[in-house]
Amino acid sequence: MIIAEQKSLAEIKTLIGDHQKVLVVGCGTCVTVCFAGGAREAAILAASLRMATKLEGNGRQVSDVTVQRQCEWEYLDQISEQVKEADLLLSIGCGIGVQAIAERFPEKWVVPGLNTSFLGIPSEQGVWAERCAACGDCILGLTGGICPIARCSKSLLNGPCGGSENGHCEVNPDIPCAWQLIYDRLTSMGKLDMLLEIQAPKNWGKSRDGGPRKIIREDLRLAAEEE
Amino acid sequence: MTDNGNGYLVGSNLEKVLRAGHFAVTAELGPPQSADREVIRRKASMLKNYCDAVNITDNQTAIVRMSSIGSGALVVQEGLEPIIQMTCRDRNRLAIQSDLLAAYALGMRNLLCLTGDHQSFGNHPTAKNVYDIDSIQLLQIVTGMRDQHVFQSGEPFKGPEPRFFVGAAASPFADPIEFRPYRLAKKVKAGANFIQTQLVYDVESFAKFMEKVRALGLHEKTYILAGVGPLKSPAMARYMKENVPGILVPETIIQRMEQAGAAWAGKKKDELTKDDKKARSSAWQAEGIQICVELIQQIRAIKGVAGVHIMAIEWEEAVKPIVEGAGLGVRPVFEAMN
Repeated sequence: MIIAEQKSLAEIKTLIGDHQKVLVVGCGTCVTVCFAGGAREAAILAASLRMATKLEGNGRQVSDVTVQRQCEWEYLDQISEQVKEADLLLSIGCGIGVQAIAERFPEKWVVPGLNTSFLGIPSEQGVWAERCAACGDCILGLTGGICPIARCSKSLLNGPCGGSENGHCEVNPDIPCAWQLIYDRLTSMGKLDMLLEIQAPKNWGKSRDGGPRKIIREDLRLAAEEE
Repeated sequence: MTDNGNGYLVGSNLEKVLRAGHFAVTAELGPPQSADREVIRRKASMLKNYCDAVNITDNQTAIVRMSSIGSGALVVQEGLEPIIQMTCRDRNRLAIQSDLLAAYALGMRNLLCLTGDHQSFGNHPTAKNVYDIDSIQLLQIVTGMRDQHVFQSGEPFKGPEPRFFVGAAASPFADPIEFRPYRLAKKVKAGANFIQTQLVYDVESFAKFMEKVRALGLHEKTYILAGVGPLKSPAMARYMKENVPGILVPETIIQRMEQAGAAWAGKKKDELTKDDKKARSSAWQAEGIQICVELIQQIRAIKGVAGVHIMAIEWEEAVKPIVEGAGLGVRPVFEAMN
């Protein structure tokens, strides 16, 4: 899922600026699960902003609402009445949610309350870790289900580099060395010979390097037309 | 594999020395953090005649310095043969190939292919890294240009090809240590003509690594130069042992360094005069050089080692006494060819 974390209250207040009617918009999907932008966080953030408003005495009104998914038009349409009342939308969805709001309500100013961090997993209580870089050309079949693009600091395809020590990456001892993990996994599966193959340069054209990406499924488009 | 029409793959001095069976010596020249060409001249003059070729680092430890190829061009003018280091951190496959065409045109003939230190270690930690390709893929690209006359895309090109005697690094003691000989094998398979290793202080462990390398027959397919370097102080020895991945420093060596400064040991910082500190530093350095000399002599006895790569980082003056001390002071001379 998409992992995000909230911006500081100071930065959020700067983004709000002089706007007087603020609607905090939470999202019920990924950012709810990672405790960054769900209904609970939307209510807490709105309350914090109201408290700040009281202290500063600027009469700002802050309310909140949470949709099931900010990245789908049908859920955004459900809050069009609340949106009309506001002069600033503070989205605490991921970056996709912020942009969907901007696109659906083009007359409204929208600002982000989160930093969208990565695609990852709650590895343990209170800890989230990156797992996928959405490179568009999955190689997990070559590496025992451990991604070196997302998890090696240098995204090496023919690792490990010389900076692997005691299972961690030299960049930071908190980062497990992806290639040590791959090596251990392939060893335990009796597939170490796979690591002797040289992997050719990657086609980054399927990643963000090829420009913004889009998937078109003609079969689904035709089905929609027929309905 | 094609040759250069002269029996050599490339005909660089380093290739000739190794092909003739001499125990090769390479050193390292760190370019300045400025546009000062005098630094290159000064360092080149210190290293000339004491090594067969000199590595020019490429923004080593991710600190901005004069470029490897630019410095290399100056080194060529000084009559010393450069080994250009090229990392994958700062350039994508377009920039790397284009820079290598220029490096060849400027007279450079040796190349060391590296992945590159991560930018978080350097003086621009907020930079975006590239890592479009890795060191093994870089080896393939370089040998592809040389031997198949094609760019990485597979597109053939007309005109002279860049011909580099191409090398790679090996870190014998980094983790996972059991995989290291096989990773070296991958580099040889990708086309590495020579290998320079991470710093060796633990000769016994290195001999074990070389045993595995020989079992794979790699010493017959590539020239292996063991990395050595003089220690400047006991603190440097400890730092490397504790903080640099893939460097093993035996306790006996650390003790020798401490012993060298024993006359000043146990004294507080303010009890030592400037002269005391200077004398202590000289004593440490002399011992560091002596240890390096002994390491070279021990490493030279290991079968399959074709030479040494001396890394005297920001201490180029140390190369001469090390090389002379190891009995390698007279370097073979070949007639230059184009």
